[in-house]
Amino acid sequence: MNQPAHVPLDRLPVGSQAVVRQLGGGKELANRLAAMGLSLGSSIKVLQNRGQGPVLVLVRDTRIALGRGEAMKILTEELPGERPPTTA
Amino acid sequence: MNGRQPPHSASPRAAQTSERQLLVGLAGQPNVGKSTIFNLLTGLSQHVGNWPGKTVERKEGRLVHDGVQLRIVDLPGTYSLSANSEEERVARDFILHERPDVVVMIADASALERNLYLLAELLALPTPVVLGLNMMDVAEAQGIRVEPHVLQAALGLPVIPLVATRNEGVAELIGAVDALTRDPAAFQPARPVIAEPHREVMAQVHELLGGQVPAPYREDWVALKLLEGDAEITELAMAWLPEDCAGEIARILGAHEDAVLDIAGGRYEWIARMVRAAVVHPALGQISLTDRLDRIAVHPFWGLLLLLGIFSLLFWLTFTVAVPIQRWLDVAVIERLQGGLIEAMMGTPAWLSALLVDGVLGGAGIVVTFVPILIVFFTALALLEETGYLARAAYVMDRFMHFLGLHGKSFLPLFLGFGCNVPAVMGARVIDSRSGRLLTILLAPLVPCSARLLILALLAPAFFGDLALVVAVSLVALNILVLALVGITLNHTLFRGQHAAFIMELPLYHRPNPESIGYFVWSNTWAFLRRAGSIILLVAVVVWALSSYPGPGVEQSYLARFGHSLAPVGELMGMDWRLLVALLSSFIAKENAIATLGVLYGAGGEGAGLAGTMATVVSPASALAFLAVSMLFIPCAATVAVMYQETRSWRWTLFGVGLLLLIAFGAGVIVYQGARWLGVGL
Repeated sequence: MNQPAHVPLDRLPVGSQAVVRQLGGGKELANRLAAMGLSLGSSIKVLQNRGQGPVLVLVRDTRIALGRGEAMKILTEELPGERPPTTA
Repeated sequence: MNGRQPPHSASPRAAQTSERQLLVGLAGQPNVGKSTIFNLLTGLSQHVGNWPGKTVERKEGRLVHDGVQLRIVDLPGTYSLSANSEEERVARDFILHERPDVVVMIADASALERNLYLLAELLALPTPVVLGLNMMDVAEAQGIRVEPHVLQAALGLPVIPLVATRNEGVAELIGAVDALTRDPAAFQPARPVIAEPHREVMAQVHELLGGQVPAPYREDWVALKLLEGDAEITELAMAWLPEDCAGEIARILGAHEDAVLDIAGGRYEWIARMVRAAVVHPALGQISLTDRLDRIAVHPFWGLLLLLGIFSLLFWLTFTVAVPIQRWLDVAVIERLQGGLIEAMMGTPAWLSALLVDGVLGGAGIVVTFVPILIVFFTALALLEETGYLARAAYVMDRFMHFLGLHGKSFLPLFLGFGCNVPAVMGARVIDSRSGRLLTILLAPLVPCSARLLILALLAPAFFGDLALVVAVSLVALNILVLALVGITLNHTLFRGQHAAFIMELPLYHRPNPESIGYFVWSNTWAFLRRAGSIILLVAVVVWALSSYPGPGVEQSYLARFGHSLAPVGELMGMDWRLLVALLSSFIAKENAIATLGVLYGAGGEGAGLAGTMATVVSPASALAFLAVSMLFIPCAATVAVMYQETRSWRWTLFGVGLLLLIAFGAGVIVYQGARWLGVGL
């Protein structure tokens, strides 16, 4: 089996669930994200992503808004969809 | 001890045997209800100041419990204890250097795992910790079940469930602090360790530090912070260590840049173990109230409409409820008092009566009548913050803030600016990049603060009648337009190519707690009244003196002479010397413009109030120009001082002040000449 492809967080559609696999952007960003609940291995759910503007994710019961620049640096592994794609 | 006592603690022997004194640090992440708990614990014994040499607010209070005196220090709300922000540095320096007997950490039970990250950091320090699990009711409403005693057993430290909004559990929390300090040796909590891949590296760094770390720092903690890439500790360690040792550590750190991920990973592994038996999550797919409300509040279109609606409502409330009360206070209270005072002081020297009537009551007294307007604003601000809505507003505004080279977080301090520019400039600290912070500080004074809105609320109805609201909203819009233009210009010139990270929590919606809103409104209004009683009173009296001597009459005063010397500038804006002097006095504090106008114009018509009197003397075009300039004029002295304190640069501070002076003057000329050209309001 091949390693599943990693998707940058800003490309995940609304309603999708994923696991964080890689964090780029340096120590400071990693520290801040971790303190707010987003670390390697944490599972996230995308609450809002409209292709532009900030991305809203749910991670460890916390809603975090991320700029697109930051979302791009978070690589994730998308989990098989359990919910029907919502039309946003 | 004049503070409010929590339940069960008011024992009569407390006063006699308060030998034992404890220092307690109150820690917690943002939005966990920490300030509500601090208010419950300390009540009116609070003392608010600043951390020495810092701009972070330091709140301290006392309470007596069973003969023990607790000094409680409210630490700034921080997600972690790294040195990313001044708040985080303040919190950890307090624990390291002031050595509290206990740290009480408040956690949000509805987002426990993320909250325990701060606990993981606290446990790396030697101070004993008591964990308060707040918002147990919110967690329950979310379907999350937390068993405090199971968590207590796993963590090996006291865990107290709390519902601060209903004052539940606070007495038990104090009891746990007391018990823990009686037997500190019993504090043997579980502690997190770094994840496996970097454990060996951590041990190496620890060994290299051997014996070279001065108290109160500890080697294991310093090693941890070095691997995390903590800038402050890295700098300190490089100074402590001999050159070869420092070089070796730098090499190791360079080769293990990713250690920070394993430290965080290790902490969350530990957290997962701790909460495994103690927390039961609901099945996924539940749609909470927050999700439902957010469908509108963070929607790019409806969210914006909602924000606009809230702003409009706030303005409408101010003009229909607060402004009439203010005018009633002016006419029915202040003027009547002035009349009474004149009668009562028959026979005393004329200057004394004039000083009290025109200087004190006419100047500073007028300013006090604005309390109703401030109460409306502060209540609205507290309500928006308490409910969790303000973060949504920032999220929705993110798109627009990008045009200014800023992001959504800058909306929060700028919004605070409507209350007062001082907290707006200080609030810019929530922005992570230096350039974003600087830009926000430069733009903040363009947000019309409540004092300037007061001037607007006072003069607009008198001059523009039914159109008052339109004029007021247009002038506020002018400020925001100028703010946007200045932001866009600076973003494309001085601040080109700067980018700041946008990471922000959107807290759960809460039912607002009337007590904390009341406390917020009270403390801010009281601060305003204190200012009215000190600096504004002083300025009012000085203005009165300068406008009364050498006399006779205002026209022959020192102030008139000075004002006349500025006449050429004033003429361009249609402003006579009185308006110019009022404008200049607003530099000390914006409210002074009203106090000064009160002294200079107030002597006139009985029963019309200040604004009514002015409307008979000043043309609408001049009034409009005066309002436009007042709204855009250089920030008050306090704001300028804070701008310097925050930027540590006179160049940037003076740049900001000069820019506003230029803009205000330009706007005044354009508005007045424009009105003349259109032939209106002469």
